[in-house]
Amino acid sequence: MKNLFNFSALLICFILLSACSATPIKQAGELPAERTAETTLTNGTAHAIDVYDPWEGFNRGMYRFNAGFDHYVFLPVVRGYRAITPNVVKDGISNFFDNIYEINTLLNTVLQLKPKKSLDTAGRFVINSTVGLLGIFDVATRWGIHEHDEDFGQTLGHYGVGNGPYLVLPILGPSNLRDAGGLSVDILAFNEIDPLNFKEHNHRELAFFLMDGIDIRHRTEFRYYDSGSPFEYELIRMLYTSKRKIEINH
Amino acid sequence: MRTMSIIVGFLIATVLSTACWADYNYPIDNALAATIIGTPKEFIADLPADIPREEKSLIVFPDRELPDFVPRAELHYTLVAQDHAAPLIFSIAGTGGSHRGAKMQMIEKAFYQAGFHVVSLSSPTYANFIVTASTTSIPGHIVEDSADLYNVMELIEDQVHHDIEITDFHITGYSLGGAQAAFISLLDEKRKVFNFKKVLMINPPVSLYNSAVILDDMLANNIPGGPGHFNSFYNNLVEDFSKEYNRQENLDFNDDFLYRIYQRKHGKIDPSRSAAIIGFGFRISSSNLIFTSDVMTNGGYILPKNHQLRVRESTTGYAKVASRTTFIDYYNDRFAPFFLAKYSGLTDKALRHQLSLESISNYLSSTEKIAVVHNVDDIILAPGEIDFFRNAFTTRAHIYPKGGHCGNMAYKDNVDYMVNFFKD
Repeated sequence: MKNLFNFSALLICFILLSACSATPIKQAGELPAERTAETTLTNGTAHAIDVYDPWEGFNRGMYRFNAGFDHYVFLPVVRGYRAITPNVVKDGISNFFDNIYEINTLLNTVLQLKPKKSLDTAGRFVINSTVGLLGIFDVATRWGIHEHDEDFGQTLGHYGVGNGPYLVLPILGPSNLRDAGGLSVDILAFNEIDPLNFKEHNHRELAFFLMDGIDIRHRTEFRYYDSGSPFEYELIRMLYTSKRKIEINH
Repeated sequence: MRTMSIIVGFLIATVLSTACWADYNYPIDNALAATIIGTPKEFIADLPADIPREEKSLIVFPDRELPDFVPRAELHYTLVAQDHAAPLIFSIAGTGGSHRGAKMQMIEKAFYQAGFHVVSLSSPTYANFIVTASTTSIPGHIVEDSADLYNVMELIEDQVHHDIEITDFHITGYSLGGAQAAFISLLDEKRKVFNFKKVLMINPPVSLYNSAVILDDMLANNIPGGPGHFNSFYNNLVEDFSKEYNRQENLDFNDDFLYRIYQRKHGKIDPSRSAAIIGFGFRISSSNLIFTSDVMTNGGYILPKNHQLRVRESTTGYAKVASRTTFIDYYNDRFAPFFLAKYSGLTDKALRHQLSLESISNYLSSTEKIAVVHNVDDIILAPGEIDFFRNAFTTRAHIYPKGGHCGNMAYKDNVDYMVNFFKD
């Protein structure tokens, strides 16, 4: 928990220190392009690709860092994990993490006063933790109780908190100030409830979060620079923002 | 009189084709919807969930210096290898497509299951290819792009031939990749490196120029209020997606989300909006291509000439300009001037002809090893262009009654046909 605060403080310092502008600056010997904003675009039109991003320079640097980390560390680890782990075990691990984080979903459905989702989620957690052997099997879905996904970022959005500046988090990737704050609260709440008794078993905590990271990456299809777009940063920023809007409305 | 006989001929052809296809049960009748939705889960061929894919890379031009802005210096491709001697199928992605796109992975699974090695290649119009493997970095010239692909295929063969045992070479591709497969086969008749046994073209364009105009116009003509109002179009789309998502609480976005909407609306979709979505997809691909080419050639088209893009520099302004640049703008402003200058005496009309299957129609009609799979309602074809395939390929044209552009590729019958073509 303390680590998390240290980490957030460090991140904010980092952003402020590296607040170099992302605005293109005219370079020596540069000649104007044939097609420019002035000649191609109508003044005053809104653009779907525009997202409030005052920390763009920092964010782009972090995006590039994340892509490198993904390429040299994250994906090789995931490939190793995939190679040595049978599919049933991988699915069991995924189900286990989905189940344990139902706690966060439940908290947030309650905070958003969504009774149907709260009941579903509580029911799922009870069924899967028992009949599903500590969440390894997702029995509840087979019984017709479907999974929901609510986090504190969505709860804030539900009560009208705006996105705030776009923010690319280290390793985790696209976010914004609201969702990053929400994530910290979700982690705090999880640590406070401490369902796996990390307080007495410190070494479990590290293993848990490492495995969680590997499982998430294993399940995420996204690959950096796979879109083949020189505008990938913008496209991801736009899609992340739209996706969160849809999730908050849900 | 002549009109009359054409009409009668058309009617007979229609009746015959419906008779032949009475048992073709791909579920989406609307060509635009088929193009967007593809093949719904329950209709997809039986394919293995996991195959041994290996993502590999190589350097094509060791001396090429790349700008900082480019994240990767190697060309990436996928190898799916059998553990025994087998024929190898080269598979080429469509416009703007990567070697690891969904359609490419479907093709890999189908052929791997049938006992082939597969090498998946990105399209020469995909940024990583433009940057690392295109000789000119001005993509779109099908003859030159196919020669670049051929060069890459030779390098790959060099890289993998120690690890896998290859008995024969085949080639396939969908969309633009399908047309390139034919040009590569023609080049191979001269170069004779691979001596391809069979070539399968899947939903290729006839004329690249015509198809580009059609796809450009799909966006230009279908945004309410004109392309300048794309933002409201996009926001409404997100809004409606959101409503659909709320309506069907147990659905993931990817779990046949679009097909469920199609079913709920009994196939009555908004044609204009569907066309705009397809046009938007093409516009993203084409603006990626145009800007990448501009950066690589220091062309001064959208990026100011002599400007070195820094890693942390915003490209949002350029993205906006690129998003308002059509493929035909690129063709007129950069592509045609470059190639007209390169080949003296070439006219614009002759250049367009070069970029068309019509320029190799003699080869296509006389070469037994080449076949084509297509759909009568493919949206990238201009009116009448489907007849080019009927005439040039006759019995080697396998034309389905529906499926739009590549929508039915993963459908059971299509996969069976595709696999059996190479097996026989």
